[in-house]
Amino acid sequence: MINEQTTIAVAMSGGVDSSTVAAILAHSGEQVVGLTLQLWDQTRLAGRHGIPDAPKAGRCCSLDDVYDARHVAEHLGIPYYVVNQEERFEQDVVRPFVREYLAGRTPIPCSLCNDHLKFDQLLKTARSIGASRIATGHYAVNEYDAGRKRWILKRPADLTKDQTYFLFGLTQEQLAHTLFPLGRLTKPEVREVARKYGLRLAEKPDSQEICFIPGGDYKSFLAAYLEEQGEKAPETAGELVASNGEVIGHHEGIFNFTVGQRKGLGVASPSPLYVLNIDPASHRVTVGADAELASRTLRARRLNWISIPALTGPIRVRAKIRHRHEPAWATLEPAGPDEAMATFDEPQRAVTPGQSAVFYDGDEVVGGGWIV
Amino acid sequence: MPRVYMDANATTPLLPEVMEAMRPYWMEHFGNASSIHLHGQQAHAAVNQARETLAQFFNCRAAEVVFNSGGTEGDNTAIFGLLRPGDHFITTAIEHSAVLRAADRVAEQGVQVTLIAPQPSGLIDPADIAGALRPETRLISVMLSNNETGVLQPVEEIGKVAADAGVFFHIDAVQGAGKVKFDVRRFGCHLLSISAHKMHGPKGVGAMFVRRGTPIESLLVGGSHERRRRAGTENVPGIVGLGKAAELAMESLEDGTLDRVAALRDRLEREILRLPGTGVNGGRNGDWAVPRVANTTSIWFDQVEGEALVIALDLKGVAVSGGSACHSGSTEPSHVLMAMGLDKTRARASLRFSLLKTATEADVDHVLRVVPEAVEHLRALSPVVAGTAG
Repeated sequence: MINEQTTIAVAMSGGVDSSTVAAILAHSGEQVVGLTLQLWDQTRLAGRHGIPDAPKAGRCCSLDDVYDARHVAEHLGIPYYVVNQEERFEQDVVRPFVREYLAGRTPIPCSLCNDHLKFDQLLKTARSIGASRIATGHYAVNEYDAGRKRWILKRPADLTKDQTYFLFGLTQEQLAHTLFPLGRLTKPEVREVARKYGLRLAEKPDSQEICFIPGGDYKSFLAAYLEEQGEKAPETAGELVASNGEVIGHHEGIFNFTVGQRKGLGVASPSPLYVLNIDPASHRVTVGADAELASRTLRARRLNWISIPALTGPIRVRAKIRHRHEPAWATLEPAGPDEAMATFDEPQRAVTPGQSAVFYDGDEVVGGGWIV
Repeated sequence: MPRVYMDANATTPLLPEVMEAMRPYWMEHFGNASSIHLHGQQAHAAVNQARETLAQFFNCRAAEVVFNSGGTEGDNTAIFGLLRPGDHFITTAIEHSAVLRAADRVAEQGVQVTLIAPQPSGLIDPADIAGALRPETRLISVMLSNNETGVLQPVEEIGKVAADAGVFFHIDAVQGAGKVKFDVRRFGCHLLSISAHKMHGPKGVGAMFVRRGTPIESLLVGGSHERRRRAGTENVPGIVGLGKAAELAMESLEDGTLDRVAALRDRLEREILRLPGTGVNGGRNGDWAVPRVANTTSIWFDQVEGEALVIALDLKGVAVSGGSACHSGSTEPSHVLMAMGLDKTRARASLRFSLLKTATEADVDHVLRVVPEAVEHLRALSPVVAGTAG
């Protein structure tokens, strides 16, 4: 009989990490149910605008991954179900992603997906089928601190796999019902555990790219998606200007640029030029030298706090502004309702609107927000 | 935990008599029905005996029975075997994907395809079929009973439409086998497909009625099996099992079994409908009850994600299926319910209960204990869950 107090729903993507989570929990005697969220039909845009006709194997939500997840569940002898969340994914992740790009920002869909699908919706689904907790293969540590009476999210043992940057949006309620069983393991250890439990996908390569964008070619994706929807990209062609305001060329739309971008600017220059700023209002894209990319401050909105109840005054943090960024010392302070400003000790390169800023105190995630 | 299986329209277990009938044909009488020697003759005799039974089951001649691998092959054979570029094909929007995907393929090859939409009751109006006829129309294919709603289609009237127009008529009778009495003469069809596993026979075997003189081209070529209508060594144990299953099905059609199943289904339906925000998909046309097979009901539950309900029920020991297509990776809610005019939310909030002919009062009791509780739990958790669709 399913006991609602103990059943754990494992989010199984068909990869090594979540498969190993299922194996660890099943072998430790927990009541485990495997769930795969079907988020995106990889064949949906096939053949449009440079999107390959057939999806590559081993991508998130491909049928191959569902087969792999199902195979693992069968191997472990746990119930397994595929839950279709394609409409919600499109509404909460893909559409905002497209909207942000068209507005000249550089969005980060994985965090949106974590906030809306992987935790919020998964927890709802888990509860609706009679499970009280969820477990995922994220590399992060999640602990309750009785003194602070808060759930604390921490960086994992394997810092090369640290996924806390994408998890800053988790609420206390979500953290209280979520297990990250891989937080104290390194990736090689996870593969070792997978081998120990006889998972044949122990050697499966990691997935890297944005799951719904084949080959990482977001421009083709935007074009294909807009075509499918019968929509047109808004007219955002404009001037390409140097940092002194001099017009040095024209561009065909602000969505072709991201802050820090060097290639594809369409102007010749004796020294390398980078995108410094994209102004969605005037459609003006400012370019300049690498040194000019550095910013002393950033502003973030749509904040979520984890280790603290709220930001009430200046605190010292280390701020991470993109996935592969080494967190940099900064002073963080409130800057209005649901807005915070971080002032870096040393200027940071390419602070990019649309990405998230996540603030750390040692290994703990203080909180984060979306760079504006 | 007791487990109750209410997904008979997906598949059924072998009846013990079927298992026993098949048993000698795996090892003892293992011969190839095409061989000259005694082993071959034993196998051939078994296949022919099953053919006689199926002829009785269909009410046709034994020579008009072709054994194959099941419903998908039958449906595919009717469509690929008769239609050529330039032909016109009429079928319905509520067919099984074995018909609809085959229709897509012939459409790519230059066959004109017309899909007839059902009425909200789930019925296909024969007048709509008649209205779609063209000079080039070569084939009409309509299912006997819908897999999701159980609604029985007026195949006799459609058969008359086909006869008047001189058009071939195929019936996908997979979901009707064992649930209604077959009479291919009365149905007026040229082709009719069934699958053994939907009526307590084995999986991977089926049969097709092919009216004498129907110029159907075989999908598989090779040996001269099945009068050159289906190449491939006969699945002797499977065919024997199908024969036995058909024999038992004919008994059930006469001995009151179906009345008993219908009474159980009706009680299940009546009790579930006591829950607020529920209703039956199809089966009614105003005050008039549309004929349905005895074992099936499709019920919607407002403010419930059918997918979650199916999982929750499975974890509580009740096996049913949802209002969406069968496999992982499917994106769309049931094409049948959508074609009947349901919105996506309601189609997704629908469950199909399909009872085995061996179902008991205790099975229904168990389901009636579990379902209302699960539905209320889901509604309490996420009153706005219906907002995910739309």
